[in-house]
Amino acid sequence: MSNKKQAAQAYWKENLKLLLTLLVVWFAVSYGCGILFVDALDAIKIGGFPLGFWFAQQGSIYTFVILIFVYTARMNTLDRKYDVHEE
Amino acid sequence: MDTQTLIYIFVGLTFALYIGIAIWSRAGSTSEYYVAGGGVHPIANGMATGADWMSAASFISMAGIISFIGRDGAVYLMGWTGGYVLLAMCLAPYLRKFGKFTVPEFIGERYYSQAARVVAVVCVIFISFTYVAGQMRGVGIVFSRYLEVDINAGVLIGMAIVFFYAVLGGMKGITYTQVAQYCVMIFAYMIPAIYISMLITGNPIPQLGFGGTLSGSDTYLLDKLNGLSQELGFSQYTGGSKSTVDMFFITMALMVGTAGLPHVIVRFFTVPKVSDARKSAGYALLFIAILYTTAPAVASFARVNLLETVSEAEYQELPDWFESWENAGLLAWKDKNADGKIQYQAGKPFEGKPAFDSEARGASEERLVTNQATDNGNELYVDRDIMVLANPEIAQLPGWVVALMAAGGLAAALSTAAGLLLVISTSISHDLLKSNIMPNIDEKKELLAARLAAAAAICVAGYFGINPPGFVAQVVAFAFGLAASSFFPAILMGIFYKKMNKEGAIAGMVSGLVFTFAYIIYFKFVNPAANTADNWFFGISPEGIGTLGMLLNFVVAIAVSKVTAPPPEHIQHLVEDIRVPRGAGAPVADH
Repeated sequence: MSNKKQAAQAYWKENLKLLLTLLVVWFAVSYGCGILFVDALDAIKIGGFPLGFWFAQQGSIYTFVILIFVYTARMNTLDRKYDVHEE
Repeated sequence: MDTQTLIYIFVGLTFALYIGIAIWSRAGSTSEYYVAGGGVHPIANGMATGADWMSAASFISMAGIISFIGRDGAVYLMGWTGGYVLLAMCLAPYLRKFGKFTVPEFIGERYYSQAARVVAVVCVIFISFTYVAGQMRGVGIVFSRYLEVDINAGVLIGMAIVFFYAVLGGMKGITYTQVAQYCVMIFAYMIPAIYISMLITGNPIPQLGFGGTLSGSDTYLLDKLNGLSQELGFSQYTGGSKSTVDMFFITMALMVGTAGLPHVIVRFFTVPKVSDARKSAGYALLFIAILYTTAPAVASFARVNLLETVSEAEYQELPDWFESWENAGLLAWKDKNADGKIQYQAGKPFEGKPAFDSEARGASEERLVTNQATDNGNELYVDRDIMVLANPEIAQLPGWVVALMAAGGLAAALSTAAGLLLVISTSISHDLLKSNIMPNIDEKKELLAARLAAAAAICVAGYFGINPPGFVAQVVAFAFGLAASSFFPAILMGIFYKKMNKEGAIAGMVSGLVFTFAYIIYFKFVNPAANTADNWFFGISPEGIGTLGMLLNFVVAIAVSKVTAPPPEHIQHLVEDIRVPRGAGAPVADH
C-alpha cells in the first residue's frame, strides 16, 4: 500500500473518531437529557428551570451550535495535519 | 402615522429591497442559477440557510404550539435544530466536495444508476411541493391579516414577488434576498420578544427571563405557569404528556428529515470550499438558534399572560387586543353558563373553528358563535397563532413594531417558498430534462428551461395557496418522514459505506419510502379514527414513523448489498475522493 493511501486511511480514521465522539455528545444532550432522563433531571432546579426541561427547550440547542464549531475547528486542524486542506 | 400606514410603508420598503437585490444579482449561467456560482461567503450562506429554513410556521406558529403543549414542544425545538449537526458532520462537506448541482445528481452518480436518480427526483418534487403549498397559504394569511386584502389577492402578490427574484436571479438572487429576509425576520421576532420579556420578568434577554421570576414578585415564571395550568385542569407546563418512545421517534424523524431535505442540502453547494461548508452549517444553526431559543421563552410569556388576563375575567373588562383578535376570528368566547365571565379550562369549547353569527352580539357584547357547544366547562377558543401575532399589542408596543412583524412574517414565508421553488425547478430542468430527456440541450436552453420550470412551479404553488388541499397541515409530516426514510440513509451510506451498491441503495430507498408513506396514509387518510397510541406500531405516531422507515432503509440496503455485486472500482475511488477536502473546485455540470 502506498504512503499516500495509508495517510488517507489514517485521516479518515481520525475523522470518524472525532465524528463519533461529537455524535455521542449530541445524542446524550438531546435524547438523553432532553427525553430519556428528562423526568429525573427535572428534580434538579437551576434558577426557575427544571433541568430536564431546560435541556429540552434551551440547552440542547446551545450544545448543537457549539458542537458544529468544535467540529469545524478540529477538522481544519486535521486537514492541515494530513496535508489535505484546500489552498 | 397610524399603524396601517406604517405597515404599508414597511412591507413596501422590504419588497422594494428584495426586487432591487434580484435585479442586481440576476443569474447569467446555469452555475449561477443552480448554486449561485459557488461563491457565497459562509456567513451569508448561513443567514440565507436560516431564512430558507425558518418558514411562516417557525415565525408565526411555533411559539404558539409550544405555548399550548409545554415541554412536548421540545420535539420541534430539538428536531428542527439537531439535524444541522448531522448535516454539518455527515453530509454537507462531502456533498460540497462532490461538487455538483443537485441531490438527485449525487444519488444518480454515486449509485451509477439513472433509475436511482429518477426515484430521487420524484421524491424531491413531492417533498418540495408538499412544503411549498403551506408557505403560499402562509403568505396569503399574513397579507390578509395585516394589509386588509383578501387571502387570494395576498397569494397573488406573493407569487409575483417570488416570481421576480426566483425566476430572474435563480439561486444567486434567492441567496442574497434571503440574507436580507433573515435580517428583517430576526429583527421582527426579537424586538417584541425583548419588550415582552422586560414587561413580564424585568430581564431583557428572553432566554434568561424565561427562567427568572415574575416582575415584582419572587415566584418563578415557570412555577407560576405550572400552578395556573394545574388549577385550570391543563397538564403541567414543564411536564410532558407525550410518551417517551413517541418523543424519541418524532425528534429523530424531524432531525434526520431536516438533514435530508433537498432545499437545505443544496444551500451547501453554494460556498467556495469544503471547509466553508462546515463553517456555514455552524453559522446557519447559530442564526436559527437565535429564533429557536427565543420561541419557547415567548411561548411561556404569552401563556402566562393569556391565563392571567382572561381567566375568570369579566368580558367587558378585557383589554382592547382581545376585541381586535376576536374580530379577526382568532379568539372566540361562548358564555356557556351566562355569567359574563370567561372560564378558560382544558378541552375544546366547541367543535371545530369558530363560525360567527355575522354581526350579532351576545349579552356581554361578545361575537356570537354558532358552533354546537361541547359539554365541558371551557368557554374560550384561542387560535395558536395569536401567541406571536398579538405580542406587540399585549406588550403595548408602538405601531412600527406591528408593521415590522408584518414584514417579518412575509419575509419568513417568501424566503422558504423561493428556496423550495428553486429546488423544484432545478430538479426538472437539470435532473429530468438535461439528464434524461434532452441530454444535448445547451446551457442557454437549460437556463431557459429552469426559468420556465420555476415559473410553472410558482403557478402550481399559487394554485395550492388559493385552493389549499384540506390536508396541508397534515402532510408536513410527510415531507420530513419521506426525507428521513429516503435521502438521508442513501446519502449517508453513499459517503460512509464504500461497499454500498446500486441494488442496495435503491431497495433501501424504496422500502423506507413505501413503508413510511403507507403508514402515514393509513393513519391520516384511510382510517383516521384508528390514529391513537393503541394502534400504532410500538406506540410511534405517524409524525415519528420516518425514524422507523430510516432504520428499515438501512437494514434492507445493507442486506441487499451483501448478496449482490459490489460497486465498480471507479465508484469506490469516487467515494475515497469525496472524503478528502483538497481539490474541490467550483461546482460543474456533468456530461
